[in-house]
Amino acid sequence: MAITMTQAAADRVKSFLVNRGKGVGLRVGIKTTGCSGLAYVLEFVDELNEDDEVFDIMDVKIVVDQKSLVYIDGTELDFVKQGLNEGFEFNNPNVKDECGCGESFTV
Amino acid sequence: MALLQIAEPGQSAAPHEHKLAAGIDLGTTNSLVATVRSGEAKTLVDHEAQDMLPSVVQYQQNGVNVGRLAKQSATQDPQNTIISAKRFLGRTLSDIQHTFGQLPYTFKESDGVVSMQTVSGEVNPIQVSSEILKTLGKRAEDSLGGDLQGVVITVPAYFDDAQRQGTKDAAKLAGLHVLRLLNEPTAAAIAYGLDSGNEGTIVVYDLGGGTFDVSVLRLNQGVFEVLATGGDTALGGDDFDHTLLARFCELAEHQEELTPEQVRYLLDQARYVKEQLSSQDVVTVSLETTGFAWKGEFSRADFDILIQPLVQRTIRTCRRVLKDADVKAEEVQEVVMVGGSTRVPLVREKVAAFFQKEPLVSIDPDKVVAIGAAIQADILVGNKPDSEMLLLDVTPLSLGLETMGGLVEKVIPRNTTIPVARAQEFTTFKDGQTAMSIHVLQGERELVDDCRSLARFALTDIPPMAAGAAHIRVTFQVDADGLLSVTAMEKSTKVAASIQVKPSYGLSDTQVADMIQSSMQHAKEDIQARMLREQQVEADRVLESIQSAVDSDGEKLLSQEELNQISETMRQLATARQSGDVEEIKTAIERVDQATSEFAQRRMDDSIKQALTGQSVDEV
Repeated sequence: MAITMTQAAADRVKSFLVNRGKGVGLRVGIKTTGCSGLAYVLEFVDELNEDDEVFDIMDVKIVVDQKSLVYIDGTELDFVKQGLNEGFEFNNPNVKDECGCGESFTV
Repeated sequence: MALLQIAEPGQSAAPHEHKLAAGIDLGTTNSLVATVRSGEAKTLVDHEAQDMLPSVVQYQQNGVNVGRLAKQSATQDPQNTIISAKRFLGRTLSDIQHTFGQLPYTFKESDGVVSMQTVSGEVNPIQVSSEILKTLGKRAEDSLGGDLQGVVITVPAYFDDAQRQGTKDAAKLAGLHVLRLLNEPTAAAIAYGLDSGNEGTIVVYDLGGGTFDVSVLRLNQGVFEVLATGGDTALGGDDFDHTLLARFCELAEHQEELTPEQVRYLLDQARYVKEQLSSQDVVTVSLETTGFAWKGEFSRADFDILIQPLVQRTIRTCRRVLKDADVKAEEVQEVVMVGGSTRVPLVREKVAAFFQKEPLVSIDPDKVVAIGAAIQADILVGNKPDSEMLLLDVTPLSLGLETMGGLVEKVIPRNTTIPVARAQEFTTFKDGQTAMSIHVLQGERELVDDCRSLARFALTDIPPMAAGAAHIRVTFQVDADGLLSVTAMEKSTKVAASIQVKPSYGLSDTQVADMIQSSMQHAKEDIQARMLREQQVEADRVLESIQSAVDSDGEKLLSQEELNQISETMRQLATARQSGDVEEIKTAIERVDQATSEFAQRRMDDSIKQALTGQSVDEV
């Protein structure tokens, strides 16, 4: 099981971590909530939990808890610009259905 | 799909509940908006990748232009193009005319609101500012992909109540929720993370294009207090350009008066040379326009000689402001540089020499205020864990209201952290009283005359009741900007009245200090005065209630002799009340009580008898 990241995403995560001045990596995960059941979590990581798996991708530590990994296995994390807006995007092959904006989804 | 940002650990928002916030630097010449994304505070750009929005609004027959387009039209359409409306916010017409002299606008004033005549009708400075805020708010929402929950807007530290309220009104008109207004120098200090220190004195040196401001801030446990401000509203980088232009004319031996085109060309060149000299020692200058030509080398040393007197003026202001704040240069812990003109090496050098320390320059001085506002907005909207310190302010003086006898009842004591709300219950003084006047006061003294009056309003339509029967709840609320609102409500009918005032501004720090000091000096006499007034009020209340009892039941329940005796003690009390002797009044009140206790007993029996008349024992 694994997840991947585009070069753009890796560059941004690295620079955000440097700007923040602390943190060991980026947590990628899911939580049960939202209009379609599941929602993505994207957070800085200060401390690792016991059930965390750590992926070293392009010099960035991606931290995923084992429960989340089931739902986002094979996901590619990208950083994109849409007009003035910019941010991270999940390309998750497990998604069967998602709400209009894609912020929550079902598998 | 929606684009995500990286949250702090455990702070991920639920879908569609992202807490979006922005910081806005609403400047006189240029405005900026910034936000925190993935933990990074950055200014936001428009579709042309520009982050500075000129604070210019052009009114047209149908619609408005805001920003660069409006600025370009200023020369052709001066009447309808409002520049620097911030200077007019919260000002009266005579203020504006006195301060700014000749302006290209047709001003009008009605009900204390100044407006300017344009092709699309009258517009006031609040409306003009709201157009700028609307443009920036829209940019932030486009950039964040959602509606803003709130914004922090910065204002100069010297802005008074009316100017701050004007800024808030402009935001409201623009459909923005103001989380709070933040002083510009405080925002700059926050951008550098200086609020995470425990205490210290910080100077913010702000040299913009046309204005100079310097502020001394004191940080105490995360709370910034503005100790003193000073500045020069007609000194800035533009003056550097003009000085350089004059020097060009000397070098080119140009004697004739310059045409407007030549002036524009030379000012552009001067600005270019000035900017180059911030990073280079020598610039090769080649000036060539119709009727004007000069070529040569221009060094930073040449430039420094030219601007030396201007920079020296800012240092003199710094010295004066430090003196006002009663702070020595060596006590200053950090100096924060704000404004594009602080890029000039001589400015940095002189500031460093005066304060004996290197000023902070790592954040772009044009953006530092907006960035600090964005950081504050991010915290206020709730994107940080609770452990992160929230910037707090305190009430500088106690707030209270007038009670009977000219006494002040304090509702919110001084040094209370804001925002805060406190309520207290009051009651009526006379039978059948249907209105109550609420007099809001600020200060530490016990008597109304020694405190500062902030506002008066009346609660009317109180249902007629016996004295002391009405429950009137008075709530004092101070929001995060220091705006006080007072609400009075009669509890049984929910009749309410309220008023809004701004207590803390308009008083200088020395005035506040004086008020606190005098309360200490006068503590003893104040307490005595308070006791006297309280006894006098009590005497009035006793006299009032007995008179009304005698009027209604005296004939029925009292003999002439008893009546005379009661009248006599009442007369004695009335005399004692005027004596100014607390003990004498107390004794007189007791005597009245004794003389009337039998009467009170009879009235009680009488009313019970009346209530029972005609009823059988079973019914009771």
